[in-house]
Amino acid sequence: MSTATTATTATTKWWNGGKSPFNVEYGKLMMWYFLMSDAFTFGAFLISYGTIRFSTNGWPDPNIVFQSYPFKSATSGPAPLVFVSIMTFILIISSVTMVQAVKAGHEMKKNKVATNLIWTIIGGAAFLGCQAWEWNHLHHEGAWWGHNPFLNADLTQSSTNFTNYFFTITGFHGFHVFSGVIINIVMLIMTLNDSFEKRGHYLMIEKAGLYWHFVDLVWVFVFTCFYLI
Amino acid sequence: MEHHENKNEVRNVTIVLSVLTIIELILGFLMMKMDAGSIARLGTKITIVVLMLAKAYYIVGYFMHLKHELRNLIMTIVVPLMLFVWFITAFLYDGNSFRNLRNNYDPHFKEQSTIKKQPAEHNSNEHKEGSHEEKKTME
Repeated sequence: MSTATTATTATTKWWNGGKSPFNVEYGKLMMWYFLMSDAFTFGAFLISYGTIRFSTNGWPDPNIVFQSYPFKSATSGPAPLVFVSIMTFILIISSVTMVQAVKAGHEMKKNKVATNLIWTIIGGAAFLGCQAWEWNHLHHEGAWWGHNPFLNADLTQSSTNFTNYFFTITGFHGFHVFSGVIINIVMLIMTLNDSFEKRGHYLMIEKAGLYWHFVDLVWVFVFTCFYLI
Repeated sequence: MEHHENKNEVRNVTIVLSVLTIIELILGFLMMKMDAGSIARLGTKITIVVLMLAKAYYIVGYFMHLKHELRNLIMTIVVPLMLFVWFITAFLYDGNSFRNLRNNYDPHFKEQSTIKKQPAEHNSNEHKEGSHEEKKTME
Protein backbone atom coordinates (compact mmCIF):
# COMPACT_ATOMS: atom_id res chain seq x y z
CA MET A 1 0.00 0.00 0.00
CA SER A 2 2.82 2.40 0.87
CA THR A 3 4.26 2.05 -2.62
CA ALA A 4 0.92 3.00 -4.16
CA THR A 5 0.42 6.11 -2.04
CA THR A 6 3.71 7.73 -2.95
CA ALA A 7 2.66 8.93 -6.41
CA THR A 8 -0.76 10.53 -6.74
CA THR A 9 0.11 12.82 -9.62
CA ALA A 10 -1.90 13.05 -12.80
CA THR A 11 0.72 11.10 -14.72
CA THR A 12 0.12 7.96 -12.63
CA LYS A 13 -1.52 5.27 -14.77
CA TRP A 14 -3.87 3.72 -12.22
CA TRP A 15 -5.27 1.10 -14.58
CA ASN A 16 -1.96 -0.22 -15.93
CA GLY A 17 -1.99 -3.05 -13.42
CA GLY A 18 0.27 -3.84 -10.53
CA LYS A 19 -1.40 -1.34 -8.19
CA SER A 20 -4.79 -0.66 -6.60
CA PRO A 21 -6.68 1.64 -9.00
CA PHE A 22 -8.75 3.16 -6.16
CA ASN A 23 -5.85 3.40 -3.74
CA VAL A 24 -8.00 2.47 -0.71
CA GLU A 25 -8.11 -0.72 1.29
CA TYR A 26 -10.80 -3.34 0.71
CA GLY A 27 -12.90 -2.55 3.77
CA LYS A 28 -13.16 1.15 3.01
CA LEU A 29 -14.15 0.54 -0.61
CA MET A 30 -16.80 -1.96 0.46
CA MET A 31 -18.09 0.47 3.09
CA TRP A 32 -18.53 3.05 0.32
CA TYR A 33 -20.45 0.56 -1.82
CA PHE A 34 -22.59 -0.46 1.15
CA LEU A 35 -23.38 3.19 1.86
CA MET A 36 -24.24 3.73 -1.80
CA SER A 37 -26.73 0.85 -1.68
CA ASP A 38 -28.10 2.20 1.61
CA ALA A 39 -28.51 5.59 -0.06
CA PHE A 40 -30.71 3.89 -2.64
CA THR A 41 -32.81 2.31 0.12
CA PHE A 42 -33.35 5.65 1.83
CA GLY A 43 -33.85 7.29 -1.55
CA ALA A 44 -36.56 4.77 -2.41
CA PHE A 45 -38.32 5.53 0.89
CA LEU A 46 -38.14 9.28 0.45
CA ILE A 47 -39.12 9.22 -3.24
CA SER A 48 -42.08 7.02 -2.37
CA TYR A 49 -43.07 9.56 0.30
CA GLY A 50 -42.73 12.36 -2.24
CA THR A 51 -44.81 10.49 -4.81
CA ILE A 52 -47.65 9.92 -2.34
CA ARG A 53 -47.47 13.54 -1.24
CA PHE A 54 -47.67 14.73 -4.85
CA SER A 55 -50.66 12.46 -5.51
CA THR A 56 -52.63 13.91 -2.56
CA ASN A 57 -54.51 17.20 -2.44
CA GLY A 58 -53.78 18.12 1.18
CA TRP A 59 -50.99 17.37 3.63
CA PRO A 60 -50.53 18.18 7.36
CA ASP A 61 -48.52 21.29 8.22
CA PRO A 62 -45.29 20.14 9.95
CA ASN A 63 -45.23 23.38 11.94
CA ILE A 64 -48.49 22.37 13.62
CA VAL A 65 -47.64 18.67 14.06
CA PHE A 66 -44.08 19.11 15.37
CA GLN A 67 -44.39 22.05 17.74
CA SER A 68 -43.58 20.63 21.16
CA TYR A 69 -40.45 19.97 23.20
CA PRO A 70 -39.68 18.33 26.58
CA PHE A 71 -40.66 20.15 29.79
CA LYS A 72 -42.90 22.52 27.84
CA SER A 73 -45.36 24.27 30.13
CA ALA A 74 -49.04 24.19 29.24
CA THR A 75 -49.24 27.98 28.92
CA SER A 76 -46.35 28.44 26.47
CA GLY A 77 -47.32 28.68 22.83
CA PRO A 78 -46.39 26.34 19.97
CA ALA A 79 -42.67 26.20 19.18
CA PRO A 80 -42.31 24.74 15.68
CA LEU A 81 -38.87 23.61 14.47
CA VAL A 82 -37.20 24.27 17.84
CA PHE A 83 -36.79 20.70 19.08
CA VAL A 84 -35.87 19.24 15.71
CA SER A 85 -33.22 21.89 15.10
CA ILE A 86 -31.61 20.89 18.41
CA MET A 87 -31.59 17.27 17.17
CA THR A 88 -30.00 18.40 13.88
CA PHE A 89 -27.22 20.26 15.64
CA ILE A 90 -26.56 17.31 17.97
CA LEU A 91 -25.98 15.11 14.92
CA ILE A 92 -23.76 17.68 13.14
CA ILE A 93 -21.60 18.10 16.25
CA SER A 94 -21.29 14.34 16.71
CA SER A 95 -20.13 14.15 13.09
CA VAL A 96 -17.45 16.73 13.83
CA THR A 97 -16.17 14.75 16.83
CA MET A 98 -16.08 11.66 14.60
CA VAL A 99 -13.89 13.54 12.10
CA GLN A 100 -11.59 14.41 15.00
CA ALA A 101 -11.46 10.74 16.05
CA VAL A 102 -10.50 9.64 12.52
CA LYS A 103 -7.87 12.38 12.36
CA ALA A 104 -6.44 11.37 15.75
CA GLY A 105 -6.33 7.80 14.43
CA HIS A 106 -4.11 8.89 11.53
CA GLU A 107 -1.81 10.51 14.09
CA MET A 108 -1.86 7.30 16.20
CA LYS A 109 -3.05 9.23 19.29
CA LYS A 110 -4.96 6.58 21.21
CA ASN A 111 -6.34 8.79 23.98
CA LYS A 112 -7.57 11.44 21.56
CA VAL A 113 -9.33 8.74 19.50
CA ALA A 114 -11.03 7.39 22.64
CA THR A 115 -12.12 10.84 23.87
CA ASN A 116 -13.62 11.82 20.52
CA LEU A 117 -15.33 8.45 20.16
CA ILE A 118 -16.93 8.94 23.58
CA TRP A 119 -18.23 12.35 22.53
CA THR A 120 -19.60 10.85 19.32
CA ILE A 121 -21.34 8.09 21.27
CA ILE A 122 -22.83 10.66 23.65
CA GLY A 123 -24.09 12.67 20.68
CA GLY A 124 -25.67 9.61 19.10
CA ALA A 125 -27.30 8.59 22.36
CA ALA A 126 -28.62 12.13 22.86
CA PHE A 127 -30.12 12.09 19.38
CA LEU A 128 -31.78 8.73 20.04
CA GLY A 129 -33.14 10.08 23.33
CA CYS A 130 -34.63 13.09 21.54
CA GLN A 131 -36.20 10.84 18.94
CA ALA A 132 -37.61 8.51 21.59
CA TRP A 133 -39.17 11.50 23.35
CA GLU A 134 -40.69 12.78 20.11
CA TRP A 135 -42.14 9.40 19.14
CA ASN A 136 -43.58 9.01 22.63
CA HIS A 137 -45.08 12.50 22.48
CA LEU A 138 -46.66 11.89 19.06
CA HIS A 139 -47.94 8.51 20.20
CA HIS A 140 -49.69 10.18 23.14
CA GLU A 141 -51.33 12.58 20.68
CA GLY A 142 -52.76 9.54 18.89
CA ALA A 143 -50.29 9.28 16.03
CA TRP A 144 -48.91 5.87 15.09
CA TRP A 145 -48.76 3.55 12.09
CA GLY A 146 -52.33 3.47 10.84
CA HIS A 147 -53.49 6.37 13.04
CA ASN A 148 -53.32 10.02 12.07
CA PRO A 149 -54.96 12.50 14.45
CA PHE A 150 -53.75 15.53 12.49
CA LEU A 151 -55.70 17.43 9.85
CA ASN A 152 -54.30 18.74 6.60
CA ALA A 153 -53.01 22.30 6.50
CA ASP A 154 -56.30 23.38 4.84
CA LEU A 155 -58.26 21.64 7.66
CA THR A 156 -59.48 18.78 5.45
CA GLN A 157 -59.30 15.14 6.51
CA SER A 158 -55.77 13.76 6.29
CA SER A 159 -54.84 10.17 5.46
CA THR A 160 -52.66 7.78 7.45
CA ASN A 161 -49.95 8.08 4.76
CA PHE A 162 -48.50 10.98 6.72
CA THR A 163 -47.90 9.07 9.97
CA ASN A 164 -46.99 5.81 8.18
CA TYR A 165 -44.21 7.49 6.23
CA PHE A 166 -43.06 9.58 9.17
CA PHE A 167 -42.68 6.65 11.56
CA THR A 168 -41.25 4.28 8.94
CA ILE A 169 -38.59 6.65 7.64
CA THR A 170 -37.55 8.28 10.92
CA GLY A 171 -37.65 4.80 12.47
CA PHE A 172 -35.37 3.39 9.77
CA HIS A 173 -33.03 6.33 10.27
CA GLY A 174 -33.17 5.92 14.05
CA PHE A 175 -32.25 2.26 13.59
CA HIS A 176 -29.21 3.39 11.61
CA VAL A 177 -28.25 5.81 14.39
CA PHE A 178 -28.66 2.99 16.91
CA SER A 179 -26.42 0.62 14.94
CA GLY A 180 -23.94 3.47 14.44
CA VAL A 181 -23.77 3.98 18.21
CA ILE A 182 -23.19 0.22 18.67
CA ILE A 183 -20.41 0.27 16.05
CA ASN A 184 -18.81 3.27 17.76
CA ILE A 185 -18.98 1.52 21.14
CA VAL A 186 -17.22 -1.51 19.59
CA MET A 187 -14.60 0.85 18.14
CA LEU A 188 -14.12 2.43 21.57
CA ILE A 189 -13.64 -0.96 23.24
CA MET A 190 -11.15 -2.02 20.53
CA THR A 191 -9.28 1.27 20.94
CA LEU A 192 -9.06 0.89 24.70
CA ASN A 193 -7.94 -2.75 24.30
CA ASP A 194 -5.05 -1.55 22.09
CA SER A 195 -6.37 -3.62 19.16
CA PHE A 196 -5.49 -0.86 16.70
CA GLU A 197 -2.14 -0.15 18.32
CA LYS A 198 -1.19 -3.79 17.79
CA ARG A 199 -2.46 -3.64 14.21
CA GLY A 200 -0.36 -0.53 13.62
CA HIS A 201 -3.18 1.57 12.15
CA TYR A 202 -6.61 2.99 12.99
CA LEU A 203 -8.19 2.45 9.56
CA MET A 204 -11.17 0.69 11.17
CA ILE A 205 -12.17 3.99 12.83
CA GLU A 206 -12.27 5.52 9.36
CA LYS A 207 -14.84 2.95 8.18
CA ALA A 208 -16.98 3.45 11.28
CA GLY A 209 -16.64 7.19 10.65
CA LEU A 210 -17.92 6.82 7.08
CA TYR A 211 -21.00 5.03 8.40
CA TRP A 212 -21.56 7.66 11.07
CA HIS A 213 -21.31 10.55 8.58
CA PHE A 214 -23.75 8.74 6.32
CA VAL A 215 -26.25 8.66 9.19
CA ASP A 216 -25.80 12.42 9.54
CA LEU A 217 -26.20 12.82 5.77
CA VAL A 218 -29.48 10.91 5.73
CA TRP A 219 -30.79 13.06 8.56
CA VAL A 220 -30.16 16.17 6.43
CA PHE A 221 -32.59 14.74 3.87
CA VAL A 222 -35.13 13.37 6.38
CA PHE A 223 -35.11 16.65 8.32
CA THR A 224 -35.74 18.66 5.17
CA CYS A 225 -38.43 16.39 3.75
CA PHE A 226 -40.48 15.96 6.92
CA TYR A 227 -39.96 19.05 9.05
CA LEU A 228 -39.18 21.89 6.67
CA ILE A 229 -41.08 21.47 3.41
CA MET B 1 -0.71 12.31 3.08
CA GLU B 2 -1.50 15.98 3.65
CA HIS B 3 -3.14 15.93 7.05
CA HIS B 4 -1.80 19.25 8.32
CA GLU B 5 -4.39 21.34 6.44
CA ASN B 6 -7.28 19.28 7.81
CA LYS B 7 -7.82 21.25 11.00
CA ASN B 8 -8.94 24.47 9.35
CA GLU B 9 -10.91 22.50 6.80
CA VAL B 10 -12.95 20.67 9.46
CA ARG B 11 -13.62 23.93 11.31
CA ASN B 12 -14.66 25.74 8.13
CA VAL B 13 -16.96 22.92 7.02
CA THR B 14 -18.56 22.85 10.48
CA ILE B 15 -19.23 26.58 10.23
CA VAL B 16 -20.63 26.22 6.71
CA LEU B 17 -22.96 23.39 7.77
CA SER B 18 -24.18 25.32 10.82
CA VAL B 19 -24.80 28.48 8.80
CA LEU B 20 -26.67 26.56 6.09
CA THR B 21 -28.83 24.87 8.75
CA ILE B 22 -29.61 28.22 10.38
CA ILE B 23 -30.56 29.71 6.99
CA GLU B 24 -32.83 26.70 6.39
CA LEU B 25 -34.50 27.24 9.76
CA ILE B 26 -34.99 30.97 9.09
CA LEU B 27 -36.59 30.11 5.73
CA GLY B 28 -38.75 27.55 7.52
CA PHE B 29 -39.99 30.21 9.94
CA LEU B 30 -40.59 32.70 7.12
CA MET B 31 -42.53 30.06 5.20
CA MET B 32 -45.13 29.74 7.98
CA LYS B 33 -46.49 33.19 7.16
CA MET B 34 -46.79 32.54 3.42
CA ASP B 35 -50.05 31.42 1.80
CA ALA B 36 -50.39 27.76 0.89
CA GLY B 37 -49.72 27.21 -2.80
CA SER B 38 -48.19 30.63 -3.39
CA ILE B 39 -45.17 31.15 -5.63
CA ALA B 40 -43.19 32.55 -2.66
CA ARG B 41 -43.79 29.37 -0.68
CA LEU B 42 -42.75 27.18 -3.61
CA GLY B 43 -39.64 29.28 -4.15
CA THR B 44 -38.70 28.98 -0.47
CA LYS B 45 -39.12 25.20 -0.65
CA ILE B 46 -36.88 25.01 -3.71
CA THR B 47 -34.28 27.17 -1.93
CA ILE B 48 -34.38 24.83 1.07
CA VAL B 49 -33.83 21.81 -1.19
CA VAL B 50 -30.85 23.53 -2.84
CA LEU B 51 -29.37 24.29 0.61
CA MET B 52 -29.98 20.64 1.57
CA LEU B 53 -27.97 19.48 -1.45
CA ALA B 54 -25.19 21.92 -0.53
CA LYS B 55 -25.07 20.41 2.98
CA ALA B 56 -24.96 16.91 1.49
CA TYR B 57 -22.05 17.99 -0.74
CA TYR B 58 -20.05 19.30 2.23
CA ILE B 59 -20.72 16.21 4.38
CA VAL B 60 -19.81 13.72 1.65
CA GLY B 61 -16.94 15.76 0.20
CA TYR B 62 -15.16 16.80 3.38
CA PHE B 63 -16.42 14.80 6.39
CA MET B 64 -16.49 11.56 4.41
CA HIS B 65 -13.35 12.70 2.62
CA LEU B 66 -14.62 11.72 -0.84
CA LYS B 67 -13.27 14.92 -2.38
CA HIS B 68 -9.72 13.82 -1.48
CA GLU B 69 -10.07 10.31 -2.90
CA LEU B 70 -8.93 9.31 -6.36
CA ARG B 71 -11.12 10.34 -9.27
CA ASN B 72 -11.70 6.67 -10.14
CA LEU B 73 -13.27 6.02 -6.73
CA ILE B 74 -15.33 9.23 -6.81
CA MET B 75 -16.79 8.25 -10.17
CA THR B 76 -17.85 4.74 -9.08
CA ILE B 77 -19.75 6.32 -6.17
CA VAL B 78 -21.22 9.41 -7.79
CA VAL B 79 -22.16 8.15 -11.27
CA PRO B 80 -24.62 5.45 -10.03
CA LEU B 81 -26.23 8.07 -7.78
CA MET B 82 -27.10 10.03 -10.92
CA LEU B 83 -29.99 7.57 -11.28
CA PHE B 84 -31.70 9.60 -8.57
CA VAL B 85 -32.18 12.50 -10.99
CA TRP B 86 -34.39 10.31 -13.13
CA PHE B 87 -36.05 8.54 -10.18
CA ILE B 88 -37.13 11.80 -8.55
CA THR B 89 -38.31 13.39 -11.81
CA ALA B 90 -40.27 10.35 -12.95
CA PHE B 91 -41.89 9.45 -9.64
CA LEU B 92 -42.92 12.96 -8.65
CA TYR B 93 -44.31 13.56 -12.16
CA ASP B 94 -46.23 10.30 -11.86
CA GLY B 95 -47.61 11.22 -8.43
CA ASN B 96 -48.72 14.59 -9.71
CA SER B 97 -50.37 13.01 -12.75
CA PHE B 98 -52.21 10.55 -10.49
CA ARG B 99 -53.57 13.42 -8.42
CA ASN B 100 -54.84 15.22 -11.54
CA LEU B 101 -56.49 12.04 -12.82
CA ARG B 102 -58.24 11.45 -9.49
CA ASN B 103 -59.39 15.06 -9.25
CA ASN B 104 -60.86 14.79 -12.76
CA TYR B 105 -62.40 11.34 -12.65
CA ASP B 106 -62.97 10.52 -8.94
CA PRO B 107 -65.67 12.82 -7.50
CA HIS B 108 -65.39 11.25 -4.04
CA PHE B 109 -61.65 12.00 -3.87
CA LYS B 110 -62.24 15.56 -5.01
CA GLU B 111 -65.08 16.07 -2.52
CA GLN B 112 -63.08 14.67 0.41
CA SER B 113 -60.38 17.27 -0.15
CA THR B 114 -62.84 20.17 0.19
CA ILE B 115 -64.70 19.23 3.41
CA LYS B 116 -63.28 21.14 6.39
CA LYS B 117 -63.05 19.42 9.77
CA GLN B 118 -62.62 20.69 13.31
CA PRO B 119 -59.12 20.18 14.75
CA ALA B 120 -59.19 17.32 17.26
CA GLU B 121 -57.43 18.81 20.29
CA HIS B 122 -55.28 21.72 19.19
CA ASN B 123 -57.55 24.74 19.57
CA SER B 124 -54.87 27.19 18.53
CA ASN B 125 -56.56 28.44 15.38
CA GLU B 126 -54.72 31.72 15.26
CA HIS B 127 -51.80 30.65 13.08
CA LYS B 128 -53.67 28.37 10.69
CA GLU B 129 -53.82 29.92 7.27
CA GLY B 130 -56.89 29.80 5.04
CA SER B 131 -59.48 29.99 7.84
CA HIS B 132 -61.06 33.30 6.86
CA GLU B 133 -64.61 32.21 7.65
CA GLU B 134 -63.70 31.41 11.23
CA LYS B 135 -62.07 34.78 11.70
CA LYS B 136 -65.23 36.53 10.54
CA THR B 137 -67.41 34.63 13.00
CA MET B 138 -65.00 35.34 15.80
CA GLU B 139 -65.07 39.05 15.11
